[in-house]
Formats: sequence, C-alpha cells, structure tokens
Amino acid sequence: MIPLSWYLILAAGLFSVGLFGVLARRNAVAILLSVELMLNAVNVNLVAFWRYGDVAQMAGQVFAIIVFAVAAAEVAVGLALVISVYRRRNTVAAEELDLLKW
Amino acid sequence: MTTEQIIFLIVGAVTLLSALMVVTARDLVHAALWLVATLFGVAVVYTLLNAGFLAVVQVVVYIGAIAILFIFAVMLTRRQTSKDTGPAVNKNWWLGALLAALTFAGLFSLLQGWSGFSKTASAFPSGFDAVNELGLALVSPTGYVLPFEVASVLLVAALVGAVYLAFNKK
Amino acid sequence: MSFWNDPLKAAADWLTGVFVGWGMNEVAAHVLVVFLGVFVLIMILMVIDILLVWIERKVVARFQDRIGPNRLGPFGLIQPFADIIKLLIKEDTTPDGADKVVYNLAPMLSMMSVLILWAVVPLAPVMTGVDLNTGLLFIIAAGSIGTLSIIMGGWSSNNKFSVIGAFRQVAVMISFEVPMLAVMLIPTIFAGSMGVNAIIQSQDIWYVWLSPLAAVIFMIAAIAELGRAPFDLSEGESELVSGFNIEYSGMKFGMFYAGELLHAFTFGGFWGILFFGGYRFFGLENVSFIFAILILLVKAMIGYWIIMWVKYTMMRIRIDHMLAFNWKFLTPLAFALVIVTALMNALMQGAPAWLYVAGMFLSNIVVAWAALEIVRAAGRRERERVEGVKVVEAAHH
Repeated sequence: MIPLSWYLILAAGLFSVGLFGVLARRNAVAILLSVELMLNAVNVNLVAFWRYGDVAQMAGQVFAIIVFAVAAAEVAVGLALVISVYRRRNTVAAEELDLLKW
Repeated sequence: MTTEQIIFLIVGAVTLLSALMVVTARDLVHAALWLVATLFGVAVVYTLLNAGFLAVVQVVVYIGAIAILFIFAVMLTRRQTSKDTGPAVNKNWWLGALLAALTFAGLFSLLQGWSGFSKTASAFPSGFDAVNELGLALVSPTGYVLPFEVASVLLVAALVGAVYLAFNKK
Repeated sequence: MSFWNDPLKAAADWLTGVFVGWGMNEVAAHVLVVFLGVFVLIMILMVIDILLVWIERKVVARFQDRIGPNRLGPFGLIQPFADIIKLLIKEDTTPDGADKVVYNLAPMLSMMSVLILWAVVPLAPVMTGVDLNTGLLFIIAAGSIGTLSIIMGGWSSNNKFSVIGAFRQVAVMISFEVPMLAVMLIPTIFAGSMGVNAIIQSQDIWYVWLSPLAAVIFMIAAIAELGRAPFDLSEGESELVSGFNIEYSGMKFGMFYAGELLHAFTFGGFWGILFFGGYRFFGLENVSFIFAILILLVKAMIGYWIIMWVKYTMMRIRIDHMLAFNWKFLTPLAFALVIVTALMNALMQGAPAWLYVAGMFLSNIVVAWAALEIVRAAGRRERERVEGVKVVEAAHH
C-alpha cells in the first residue's frame, strides 16, 4: 500500500511548481495554466484525504467535483478577459498591462 | 516495493516533470500540451486512490474542455507578425522560485510533524460503491445539494460573463 | 467445459499457467497475459478496419451508381491491402516549420482514442475488457483525446488551412459532446447504472422503444463527433483542401483515415449497445459467446451502414448553421428530454411494463413534436421578417 505521505508530497510539489509559474511567468495565459496546476494539487489532497480517512464521508470527492466546476468557470472567465485585453492592448504579457500604475 | 508503489512513483515523476515543463516551456502551445500530460498523471493518481469517477471526469472536463480552451486562447492571442520573443519568465523569477521552494519546504516540515502523515488506507467496507455514494451525497438534502447547486449557478454566471467579455462588439 | 462458459478467463488462466510453468513471476505473468489480450484485440480490430475500407468503398459506389473496387481478388477484396502497401511505401513527408514531436504524435493519439473505446465494449455476457461502472463517461473521455489529436495535428502542420480545419472540427466536437452526454443519461436512468454491461443486461425491452428520440439525437451527435458528412466541415474540400490532415502523407494520413472509419464502426456499435440491446437477441447470446459476438458485430455494422447512408446522401452544412443547430436546437432538446424522462421514470415507478413503455414512448413523441413546432414557428417568423424586408425594398425601387 502507498502511504498517505506520498500523495501529500506529490500535491505539495505540484502546488509549489504552480506557485512558481504564477509568480514568474510573463504571459497571462501561462499564469492561468499555473493556476490550474495549483487547483489540481488541491484536488489530489482532497481525494487522498477522502481515501485515507473515513470513506463513507464523501466530502473529499464532493469538493473535488466543486473544484472542477470552479476551475472551469475560472478558465472561461480568465481566458475571456485575456482575449478581451489582447484586443485592446495587443499584448498578453502581464507586466505590460500597467494602465493603473500611472 | 509493491506494484502499486512502482506505478505511483513513475506516474508521480511524470506528473511533476510535466508540471515543470508547463511553467518553463517557451512555446505556450507546448506548455498547454504539457499541462495535458500533467492532468493525465493526476487522473492516474485518482485511479490509484480508487476514485475512478473523478479520474474520468478529470479527463472529460480538464483535457476535453479546459486544455482545449487554453490551446484556443493561445492561438487567438499570438501576434501574427512575430512570435512572442521575450523571455518566458519575468526578471524576478528567482524570487518566485525561492518562494515556491520555501512553500514546499514549509508544507513538508509542517506535514512531517503530523501524526497521520504516513498512515495507510483501510480497505473499502464490503458492498461499498463509491460512485453510488458520491451520487447520493451530491443530491441528498442532508448531504451536499446546496454546494452542488451553488456550483451550477457559478457555472452559469461564468458562462454569461465569459460570453459578454469575449463578445466582439462591432 | 469452462472454456465455453468463460473463454477469456479460461484462456487467461491457461496462459498464466504456461508462463508460470516457464519460471516466471506470477504478477509479471498476469501483466504479460493482459498485454497479450489487448494486443490480440487490437489486431482483430485492425483487420476489421481494413475490411471496413472495402465495405465503405463498395457502399459509396452503390450509392453513386458505380461498382467500386472489383479488380484485385474476388469482389475487389484484396484492394484495401494493396492500398495499405501503397500507403506504407509512400514518401513520409514532414513540412518545414512543423512541430515534429507534436506532428508525429497526433496520428497515434487519433488511433488510440478509438482503440481505447473497445476496452469497455462487452463482446459477450462474460467477455469484456474492463466492466467500468463509469463506462459511458469513459466513452466521452476517449472522445476528448480524439479532439486533442485533431488540434495537435492541425496546429503542428504549420499550415493555415489545417489550423482552420482543426478549429472548426474541434468547435464541432466539443459542442456536440454536450447533447451526446445528455442523451447518454437516458439509458443510465433506465438501467440505473453507467456501466455498459449493466445497460445491456437491463435491456429486456430495447431502449429504442423507450426513447426513440434519444436514439436519434445520439446518432446525430455521433455523426458530428466523427466529423462525417453532413458535418464534415473540417474537410471542406472546396475551401480547406482537406482540413487538419492536409500535410500528412503515407501511413500517418492512413492512421487518421483508418481511425475515422473504425470510429464510425465503433459508434455504430455503441448505438446498438445503448439502444438496441448490444449482444442480446432473444436469448441467442446465452447459447454461445460466438453468437453474442456475431450479434454485436451485425448491430454495429447496421449502425455503421446508417452513418454511411447519411454521409453519402446529405450535403455539407455551413459551420454557423451547424453550431446554431447544436446550441439552439439539439442541446435544449436533449436536456428537455432528459428532464421529461427522469420525471416520467419517477412517476411510473410502480407501473406495469406495457404502461411504462407506452408512457415513455408517448412522452418522447410529445417532446419531439413540441420541439418541431417551436422550430417551425421560429422559421415562419424569420421568413416573414426576411420577406417583409424584401417587400419594403421593392417599394423603394
């Protein structure tokens, strides 16, 4: 059997990689991709805790499904924003979107 | 080393490597395709955790919809004249890397002190059908019907918002 | 005779015994036997695929008042094998500026997305690869891998036409997935399970009698998912040359082509499984597993024939019409049907079988009639609007 720690370490690794992507990438689409990685890490944790805790309590799986829905909503709105920004400013680099910094 | 452990190690390594490629790949379409590989890895992890339904939903929702949406967005926002030339990461990338490493170290040390860190899973009770239980939990009033409905409202709101934002007003 | 009752298990046990007898580890032997089983299934499917090329060419020839392949072998049966040899020895080109890894991966993924579907197909009561309790979702999941392969092929070819073709095809596939998933819920409601085998087992009455409208919607969505006429916009020979696979040559193109044919055959099979009882035919499937497999193959072939029939008699629909058809007609209709079916199912829980079937059938007819009436009224308003504008224009002149 696989100990719980393996899953948690995998999730922590995924989360950290995603965090690095959010902080370091220039392209707004890439930042959204990294956010997806972080959401997946959370999901791995939720499902692992469901499996290693009381399996009759479905909270872990239910919230994993709600994270799916939130991720889909986030991607739809996020990408719509990116495309809308691209139409106006002709760029998707996050550091060039500095109109509010005047 | 049991067979399951070997499978987990291979899948986990592939997942983490593809995740690294997602955040470092220069070409964004490649980054999105690496994301697909990562999501597949996570789906396999779900199957290892006996959550087959979530694994299939992961493939349908993430790979069938979200990853495809990303690829579309990348293709729609690429400059026609020149490909994105500048560096893939900003000049403060080392700070981000440091923070990510610190997060990982912090999570790891925090979890290591926890008593349940290395416990193993108990076997399913006999006659336990996870898919059935999940379905009942999602629709029963004593279960999670309210979060479920709220999620569907959120999806509709996001749909309307996305259409409004991306609609090209002529 | 255990072999005649459960051939897969008997053969697997025998083979595992042989491998263990050779001094192999038990787990390794088991894994090897499973791999061999998958390999044999894929080999059989590929041979069927080759024959499908011949069947498709013969049928299209009949539709177009020709004879079709008739030179090589009896009835031209050797023709597809000659075609494959030709494809194999053709020059294998890769366009300049193509993304080589993605470009070469796409045909494989395309073929894989089809072959993976057969993992959940029950060939006979006891012969099934894996009896997943989420079998129907698995079908949709495999379809999303096919979507991915198309966009990978179209993008990596570095060709404007192929990207446009891939965009259209993917837009169609992810749109028509929605009504398909919705109507797949209807057999799930009847059977109380998403497992493919459980759905077949519970079809004492074919589900097409319970929900004919669902069968029709599933067929339309399947044809769109396959990208065949009248939904073959990705090809659009007159404007896009050939769609996402323009740049592919030789066997790489062959894999896309063979994948499409096998996909059509497979969806014919799923149509048979979901609505026509799969391998069941008046108890004949219990006589021997050979009959069960034959029944399933015949049903798949009938479904495939209908897909071909539609393909060679319908004209291509414009992309905006097609997406409007899906989002404004098919998807709401499918969801309305799911709601009505679930309500009727709850209302008639204790009803006798004949009343249940009659009620379900009639509710389907009512839903279909109401949908057609709404569309007719909308069409009339549109026509009046357009003709009204014309009248005004005529008055100006």
